[in-house]
Amino acid sequence: MNKRSRWALPYFIFLMMFVVMPLVMVLVYAIQDNTGTFSISNFIKFVQQPEDVNTFLYSIGIALINTVLCILLGYPAAYIMSNSNLNRSGVTIILFILPMWINVLVRTLATVALFDFIKAPLGEGALIFGMVYNFLPFMIYPIYNTLQKMEKSYIEAAEDLGASPLKVFLKVVFPLSLSGVSSGILMVFMPTISTFAISELLTNNKIKLFGTTIQENINNGMWNYGSALALIMLVIISITMLLSNNNDTAANEEGGLI
Amino acid sequence: MDQNNVIIQIEHLSKIYENYLVLNDINLSIKKGEFVTLLGPSGCGKTTLLRLLAGFIAPDAGNIMMEGNNLANIPPYKRQLNTVFQRYALFPHLDVYDNIAFGLKLNKMPEHEIEKRVSKVLKMVSMTDYEDRDVNSLSGGQQQRVAIARAIVNQPKVLLLDEPLAALDLKMRKDMQIELKEMHRKLGITFIYVTHDQEEALTLSDTIVVMNKGVIQQIGTPTDIYNEPCNSFVADFIGESNILNGRMIADCKVECMGHEFNCVDEGFGENVPVDVVIRPEDIYIMNKIEGAQFTGIVKSCTFKGVHYEMFVDTDSHNELMVQDYNAFEVGSTVGLFIKPFDIQVMKKERTCNTFEGVMTSEKTVEFCHGEFYCADTDWAAGTRVKVEINFDKVDLRDDRDEGTLVGEVSFILYKGNHYHITITTDDNDNFYVDTNDIWDKWDMVGIRIQPEDIHLTKLTADNE
Repeated sequence: MNKRSRWALPYFIFLMMFVVMPLVMVLVYAIQDNTGTFSISNFIKFVQQPEDVNTFLYSIGIALINTVLCILLGYPAAYIMSNSNLNRSGVTIILFILPMWINVLVRTLATVALFDFIKAPLGEGALIFGMVYNFLPFMIYPIYNTLQKMEKSYIEAAEDLGASPLKVFLKVVFPLSLSGVSSGILMVFMPTISTFAISELLTNNKIKLFGTTIQENINNGMWNYGSALALIMLVIISITMLLSNNNDTAANEEGGLI
Repeated sequence: MDQNNVIIQIEHLSKIYENYLVLNDINLSIKKGEFVTLLGPSGCGKTTLLRLLAGFIAPDAGNIMMEGNNLANIPPYKRQLNTVFQRYALFPHLDVYDNIAFGLKLNKMPEHEIEKRVSKVLKMVSMTDYEDRDVNSLSGGQQQRVAIARAIVNQPKVLLLDEPLAALDLKMRKDMQIELKEMHRKLGITFIYVTHDQEEALTLSDTIVVMNKGVIQQIGTPTDIYNEPCNSFVADFIGESNILNGRMIADCKVECMGHEFNCVDEGFGENVPVDVVIRPEDIYIMNKIEGAQFTGIVKSCTFKGVHYEMFVDTDSHNELMVQDYNAFEVGSTVGLFIKPFDIQVMKKERTCNTFEGVMTSEKTVEFCHGEFYCADTDWAAGTRVKVEINFDKVDLRDDRDEGTLVGEVSFILYKGNHYHITITTDDNDNFYVDTNDIWDKWDMVGIRIQPEDIHLTKLTADNE
């Protein structure tokens, strides 16, 4: 080890203790039954419990809906913010980023209060609303970043070659901003699968998401089964990550968060 | 000029950016098939003019006519001209083929026709077989070729080129210059080319438009611009030159460096101060003194590849740059000779600094947003006056606090035995100063003027 790389040692230890070790422990717990012998019984248990499988599929469904809604709402917002003709002040950007500075639980409790105030029922609708509300900034910001950094000369070149404003958007701006969209998906889709506080608070514990299932199992001392469920989720997340990394190769350097 | 032959007509075009006049009343007409170069230092407005033509920005005044139609309300995507951008601006998400086919696909051209046109232009820019390459994997020169191909494939009537070769190395630039010239000949379309490189402009153009500070200085063929620069800016910017103060004695007779020369210029009047331009290669230098018009002592001699470049201190203590195929020994006395048609005489743009000012008291006057002491007058405050200050009476100070006004050195011209420099103040007023001190461009200086050197004339209704 040379002198310089010794400086990295604290970080290395930190990563080992707080990232690698827990992951290894999740893996070890997941492939042990509650007596400590190695087996795949936890996974068999998961497949045989329709309730947990349903929660799992339902969570993915909610996460997909949330992600799609975030793209549909977030892209236009990011586009307007990045376009100097439409938005001349930095205030709008602050307004979108501001909620990110407040704790998720506080925001969600506020949403509950809001729904009480307008006498809207809590439930699936409230859940999706809360999810979108919480995760929208995470979609807007990477897209905004990509659009903001995009060289204006690409737009001029497209105009110059005969593209009307709509065509400029469809043929150049949108394709070049896809890296931002895919970063946004990573930041929205994956955390939504594992949320539990939002679903508990906004549905009065009526709707369970996969995150809640994991939390309940671990709270009840079912460490092995809980770890197995966590591992399944990790695999799903890794697959999404691989897929979205394949999507942006050349455009990746243009921005985005990951 | 034959009106039918004109493709672009620019009339009284002006553009203002943040209170700064980037283009000031530009008038220019461009003929069909012409290779026109907009030449000038950075910040002269040449790129702005090109962007106005492309339609990316709108003018604040004036019109651009293309084939008789006003372009004012025509958006860039409907204009029949294409641009080669300085940094190429190739679409990174498309390969070479799709980049070039971009414009054709928008026009809904049949696929087999697109293929034919793309392969034709790729051949033209010597990039055959590169269709499927990712544009990010290409070298600068290759990207440049693709950018040119992408523009010419649409068969525009006018091709705009914004310093297209600036990012290439010297060797590549030379090769591309030849190819561009050849391409212009083959295509027969109008090229409007922006560059700050005078050599490039002289090599490529049919017509050069020299610009400085948003104003067209001269329009002409490369030979005209080189041989007969119309003012000292053009003479200094294009090629090497000796620019000297002179005096027109009579038609075809000019006094300069303390000697009388025959020249070919007429119509200046008698005893009129002028600027004299002599190209260094037009000065004959020889060892024998007899037969020479004047003499000098060689101060330095540098080999430049083809010729030697020498600085000669003349008998009247002017420094002249002389180029010759033979080297002359440093310290030796040489005879010098200039032929009449190699002397270019230019009318002086001004003979002193002239401003309009207002008296603020009987002994103070305000002009250019500064208040100066002047000789006692009996004029009341508020009287409007014409202020005149000779070039050599403006005192420049290193310490800007010592000056009444602060300005920036914006242009330096060596006049053989002194520097003629332009100081631009924060309010964009220009002071012209003759000095023996050496200043650098962009130096901030304080401007001081002695009260007795400020000459005032009352402005009345009839001499305004």
